[in-house]
Amino acid sequence: MTREMTGAEMVIQALIDQGVEDIFGYPGGAILPIYDEIYQQDNIRHILVRHEQGAGHAAEGYARSTGKVGVALVTSGPGATNMVTALTDALLDSIPVVCLTGQVPTHLIGNDAFQECDTVGITRQCTKHNWLVRSVDDLPRILHEAFYVAKTGRPGPVVVDIPKDVQFATGTYVGPKNIQHKTYRPRVKAETASVKAAVELMSKARKPIFYTGGGVINSGPEASHLLRELVRLTGFPITSTLMGLGAYPASDKQWLGMLGMHGTYESNLAMHDCDVMVCIGARFDDRITGRLDAFAPNSQKIHVDIDPSSINKNVQVDIPIVGDVAYVLEDMIRLWRSSAAQPDKAAIAAWWQQIDKWRARKCLAYTPRRDAIMPQYAIQRLYEMTKGKDVFITTEVGQHQMWAAQFFGFEEPNRWMTSGGLGTMGYGLPSAVGVQVAHPDSLVIDIAGDASVMMTIQEMSTAVQHDLPIKIFILNNQYMGMVRQWQQLLHGNRLSHSYMEALPDFVKLADALGCHGILCDHPDKLDDAIAEMTEVKKPVLFDCRVVNLANCFPMIPSGRAHNDMLLPDEATDEEIESAIGEDGKIMV
Amino acid sequence: MNQPASAYFLVNRSDEPETHTLSVLVDNEPGVLARVIGLFSGRGYNIESLTVSETEHETHLSRITIVTMGAPMVIEQIKNQLARLVPVHKVVDLTTSGAAIERELAMVKVRGKGDQRVEALRLADAFRARVIDATTESFVFEITGKGDKIDQFVALMQPLGLVEVARTGVAALNRGPEGM
Ligand SMILES: Cc1ncc(C[n+]2csc(CCOP(=O)(O)OP(=O)(O)O)c2C)c(N)n1
Repeated sequence: MTREMTGAEMVIQALIDQGVEDIFGYPGGAILPIYDEIYQQDNIRHILVRHEQGAGHAAEGYARSTGKVGVALVTSGPGATNMVTALTDALLDSIPVVCLTGQVPTHLIGNDAFQECDTVGITRQCTKHNWLVRSVDDLPRILHEAFYVAKTGRPGPVVVDIPKDVQFATGTYVGPKNIQHKTYRPRVKAETASVKAAVELMSKARKPIFYTGGGVINSGPEASHLLRELVRLTGFPITSTLMGLGAYPASDKQWLGMLGMHGTYESNLAMHDCDVMVCIGARFDDRITGRLDAFAPNSQKIHVDIDPSSINKNVQVDIPIVGDVAYVLEDMIRLWRSSAAQPDKAAIAAWWQQIDKWRARKCLAYTPRRDAIMPQYAIQRLYEMTKGKDVFITTEVGQHQMWAAQFFGFEEPNRWMTSGGLGTMGYGLPSAVGVQVAHPDSLVIDIAGDASVMMTIQEMSTAVQHDLPIKIFILNNQYMGMVRQWQQLLHGNRLSHSYMEALPDFVKLADALGCHGILCDHPDKLDDAIAEMTEVKKPVLFDCRVVNLANCFPMIPSGRAHNDMLLPDEATDEEIESAIGEDGKIMV
Repeated sequence: MNQPASAYFLVNRSDEPETHTLSVLVDNEPGVLARVIGLFSGRGYNIESLTVSETEHETHLSRITIVTMGAPMVIEQIKNQLARLVPVHKVVDLTTSGAAIERELAMVKVRGKGDQRVEALRLADAFRARVIDATTESFVFEITGKGDKIDQFVALMQPLGLVEVARTGVAALNRGPEGM
């Protein structure tokens, strides 16, 4: 389709042609022509946020929970700079986001014009790619390329910076069918030889493990489906990173729980002792590996990733496989089925016996309290009381995030939205806004901390305005709990600025915002309070008062190996004080 | 003291650093050089030399030649990171793909009189450097060759009144009939 129209009209037309239904944004001078077009149409719903960072995280939540591209629309200068955190977040977690920014008119670029900033310069390092549109003739092509780049290969955020004169100028619109990107064609189908070699290695394994990550989710629901099939076929144990939760059902007996710094004892020890590691869509990040020279020392490693630069970056692997997870899994299943070689059943059974011994250690156990709510208990109750419902969970960053990962079981992909790579406090609330926009009838809960929630609390107004009944479940420990825990571990328990002075009265705040407020400070009242939260048809701020000084265990203190974990029942004050040696201190 | 190994200590791996020359074919679009340079600075890779110019006008392709140094695993990373930049068409490691030819051009300004001037001219002749500007008390030489040849020439000019040097950085191609 080709048609004469203005740049601003092209933006709307391109969004429609790309199948976009909802966008998140905030207006300003340099983007007004596009806002004027939004006003004059009904195809695309615009969700007005309260801060551009919120638009970015909402687009991420939308994308992560649907598998579609999230779209944000902001003005030049401060609008664009406010997006930087969300873009970086999406880059590190490989979330497809298209961010359209207004820019001062082309003849003013470089003049320090009002609300001018070098948006493409600033966002170059925090996007997968970005464009400054210099002429309306380039606009349709760039818009379609932007969607293509954002979602193809390893997904990521892109920015299209559109000067105001380009929005006003008239040109010829071209539809997406007529656009082909010149260079960007990531490989999705892996070399058969490497998949063959992998399957052969797997069939000889005696102590195998699947280590999976966010790449499985990104590859689409089919990948999770195939993963389940392969895991069942092989009978191998499986663990996953924070980003990969939900790709494999947490209720299954082959599931070992999350691995890494706050992962389970059984998954970390199985990683350490394994002889064949099958890494699928994960990237050997430092939260996962711990001490590199002690990382799975006796293992041969298979690494499946769509991004060749993830392979051999931190850990040298034996069989690299570049390809889309779903394609590779399909090949693996086919080859596994047709292969004559099968693993030694006795060896695998012995491996499971060993794993069951580690499981029996009950690494997530904590001492319950009858007079106060333990944070772990709060998550357990939240999980039990929402089981079977159509639930989506987002989180902020801190201890509550790790407890959510440990105690909330995910059965399906795309149900768990968290800021993994960047660890952005303030992610969860706007992300919940985005999720709820995509799933209006589902139960969307942000498991939050009292400090994190203050970072983007203003987005509650967004939820109220757009009738988005998100539930903000705040584990209120009056501290930046994770910071306090590290200060205890590393800095002689000198709690420098980690106490949350002057927290608001969240119930009154909810009232002022036009939401529903709930306060709960006793375990006996918790179930009723959670029931109230899930039944209210409004956005809810739930102030869940939990014990203040609980620590998040198990933990691999930085600089230590997988088999050198700190477990809750061993973590005496002295043990905690000396957990991190001089070497580990410099690490984050 | 036992060095903790983590992602932060990759540079301390025992692998010996190697020098590699990479040829990178890119779309000649605004910001492409900034992307490449930003990749190197952002990830802490070395740039020993970098040259860039549009080489295929009809298709707007530029060739960037980068000389870099790092352990083999890091060099592998650099290539993969470059290859995943959206406007990058192709990355070829000329160091591993067979003997490559490398050339650099330098202009060398020397100021002097009498014997020094004669000596400078004589050495320039030996290095096949051309005089491209001359006054009664100075020369500008143009010299082409491998980097170490230029280093050597510049070192010899030092005592003879070296004023300044401008170098282009390395351009390189594979030997033989095939292109990259
Ligand atoms: C934007 C941002 N700033 C700072 C940090 C560092 N940080 C990590 S966790 C944390 C404390 C979080 O406290 P809270 O939200 O109350 O959660 P808790 O750990 O108590 O569950 C801080 C400050 C961060 N991750 N993100």
